[in-house]
Amino acid sequence: MATLQSLDIRRRSASTEAPPQIRKGGVEVAKLIDVSKCIGCKACQTACLTWNDLREPVGVTDGVYDNPRDLTPTSWTVMKFAEVETGPDLEWLIRKDGCMHCDDPGCLKACPAPGAIVQYTNGIVDFVSENCIGCGYCVKGCPFNVPRISKLDRKAYKCTLCSDRVAVGQAPACAKACPTQAIYFGSKEDMKVHAEGRIADLKSRGYKNAGLYDPPGVGGTHVMYVLHHADKPMLYSGLPENPRISPLVGVWKGVMKPLSLAAIAFAGAFGFLHYITKGPNEVAESDERKAAELTGGRGA
Amino acid sequence: MSEGPQGVSRYTTGARINHWITAISLVLLALSGLALFHPSLFFLTHLFGGGQATRAIHPWIGVVLAVSFLGMFIRFAALNMWNKDDTVWMKNLGKVINNQDEGLPELGKYNAGQKLVFWGQSILIVLLFASGIVLWDVYFEDMTSVDQKRLAAVAHALCAIGAILIWIVHVYAAIWVKGTLRAMTRGTVSGGWAWKHHRKWLREETRKS
Ligand code: SF4
Repeated sequence: MATLQSLDIRRRSASTEAPPQIRKGGVEVAKLIDVSKCIGCKACQTACLTWNDLREPVGVTDGVYDNPRDLTPTSWTVMKFAEVETGPDLEWLIRKDGCMHCDDPGCLKACPAPGAIVQYTNGIVDFVSENCIGCGYCVKGCPFNVPRISKLDRKAYKCTLCSDRVAVGQAPACAKACPTQAIYFGSKEDMKVHAEGRIADLKSRGYKNAGLYDPPGVGGTHVMYVLHHADKPMLYSGLPENPRISPLVGVWKGVMKPLSLAAIAFAGAFGFLHYITKGPNEVAESDERKAAELTGGRGA
Repeated sequence: MSEGPQGVSRYTTGARINHWITAISLVLLALSGLALFHPSLFFLTHLFGGGQATRAIHPWIGVVLAVSFLGMFIRFAALNMWNKDDTVWMKNLGKVINNQDEGLPELGKYNAGQKLVFWGQSILIVLLFASGIVLWDVYFEDMTSVDQKRLAAVAHALCAIGAILIWIVHVYAAIWVKGTLRAMTRGTVSGGWAWKHHRKWLREETRKS
């Protein structure tokens, strides 16, 4: 896939070569998840497994609706159910968890394998499994705790935003399956406009903090949420308030790389210059003589 | 043991084998680690059979290094204790670099530079081992949080660069100071070398025999 769509690649992990830029005018896509319309039926979860031809191993139930409990190498989307008391009301906040397709993807930044993670010009962040070496750096780079490394093949997996379907003009499988149309798909611009209408509706129904989740700390995302409590995203099973790539990862994948190589090169150059200017430190004949005197001639 | 016709004995066969196991694993670790550190060096993964193999093998080489270095530490820690002569020697580092030995104190088996290399690598290898375990997802993924793993990744890279820099100093010193390398290849040095660089040690060795 990576080769066929190479003109549509905006960024490629661990690559020092510039990506092709000749093709212009591509549309950025986005998935809009309207949390207020979700009934938690998990049709999207099933559609994801079906389309991607994956089976979640039979797990255990521990008394909650979340199943599996968290994202796994096979379950690239999982419904997270949170029971939240807001004032006198008990609210059931159900969030479809999965890759947010950040515009500035931390996984891609952290990945050391050339081309194991790509970002297409439409904004989709995709893992190219054949190039993945299973180091787990993407896990450290991700501000949303999304990638999972399979114990089976030590490869990283996550939601592809159905890049294969999108490439042929189809909406993602989850959006297609949702019975309440809580999942929309289209250009990012259109999705923002549509979100505005939904937010106005929610506000008119008393959700005065309703809003769009499109966090600027990661350059915005290509998966956005309409939240009834956009001021408190943490209520939705820990959706981060202001996600950004960890500064530690920033240092590790930023200044540290050139500085380290420069330090190594400098040390080598210093040694070389020292040798050609000061010369070797050699033992003189007189040293050997004095040593022989000391040791009584038993020395070399 | 002092000296035979071949020179003054400096390292036993065991110490030399111990040193070279450490040396080879350190070089392999540096190559495989740098391959995953900078995209321009990813080609080094080919030396280890590809990216996946490099990722899998690097921590195991680390285990070999840790065990081997522990052996070195036990052998040489006592000889690397800092003393007053070392402070004097450090103050004269400028002279040392300029190949002038006047005014330098007589030294035991190791000079201050060698001691700093020893302690620097000892500390860094402990840190590298600890952070390396945190990053070894195959076995220890579930034992730490993502934030701890992030910190470990940065610490591991920083310490590794430090260890590589110290390694460069160590190797260059062996190239620069002629007659040194044979201590680790044949186990002996010439009497003159011992007189020039480690006179106190030579006196002790002579007294012992
Ligand atoms: S595990 Fe993640 S960071 Fe490592 S090579 Fe695979 S995609 Fe890249």
